[in-house]
Amino acid sequence: MIEINEMNISFLSKSINESFARNVVASFLLQLDPTITELADIKTAVSEAVTNSIVHGYGDQNGIVYINAKIFDNGKVIIKVKDKGCGIDNIERAMEPLFTTGIERAGLGFAVMQSLMDNVKVQSKLNKGTTVILEKNIIRRYYNDDKQ
Amino acid sequence: MAVSIQYLNGIMTAKLSGELDDHTTQEIRKNIDAQVEKRHPTILRLDFSHITFMDSSGIGLIMGRYRIIKFLGGELQIVNVPLRIMKILEISGMRALGIDIKGVGKND
Repeated sequence: MIEINEMNISFLSKSINESFARNVVASFLLQLDPTITELADIKTAVSEAVTNSIVHGYGDQNGIVYINAKIFDNGKVIIKVKDKGCGIDNIERAMEPLFTTGIERAGLGFAVMQSLMDNVKVQSKLNKGTTVILEKNIIRRYYNDDKQ
Repeated sequence: MAVSIQYLNGIMTAKLSGELDDHTTQEIRKNIDAQVEKRHPTILRLDFSHITFMDSSGIGLIMGRYRIIKFLGGELQIVNVPLRIMKILEISGMRALGIDIKGVGKND
């Protein structure tokens, strides 16, 4: 597995940036020629992770959300969404479906990420921040190497 | 406007459009709740035909409206859900609550 490209962005933890973030990642991944479904799945998962950082990681305070995305020659995509916010004291409980801290929230963020991605990892330290790592294998429909 | 609301004979129809995320649902929620509070509809119908993206914030929006309309003795209907949006709704297991969800007739 060889890394073929990488991107980094960082932005203020404002909810209006949720759309910016998922669309930037989707644009970057277009070079893998994903299907509309694969792209929609990744956009949704990124949106969940970024929303978690903004709403739960930073809450009322302003912070910076970092996204790193890497793509590999076999179609693998690894996306890291990181914040330096409050962290999660109990990751297992936070990942349980329907666990929520607010009445207008479904508590399904991690459930959605897990069902749309091939692998979801969460690293968190209280008062240090949280990193969500999303992995998905994009089915390669052609290889550039095969041409010519 | 991400939501346009019509009221006729007890049925309130809220046509949503664009992308449903944590940011956009805040405004939509305010608009719908203000009208529901004013009119007390017997049926609140959320029309999803022009929704192009949704994450779990959309599920939160539906659950919140479901609680309010149940409290008022009314019913919630979700109509014209595009296939890709239906996938997110299925994850939520919302049908088990008895929420009436209808997709669009054709595949998109």
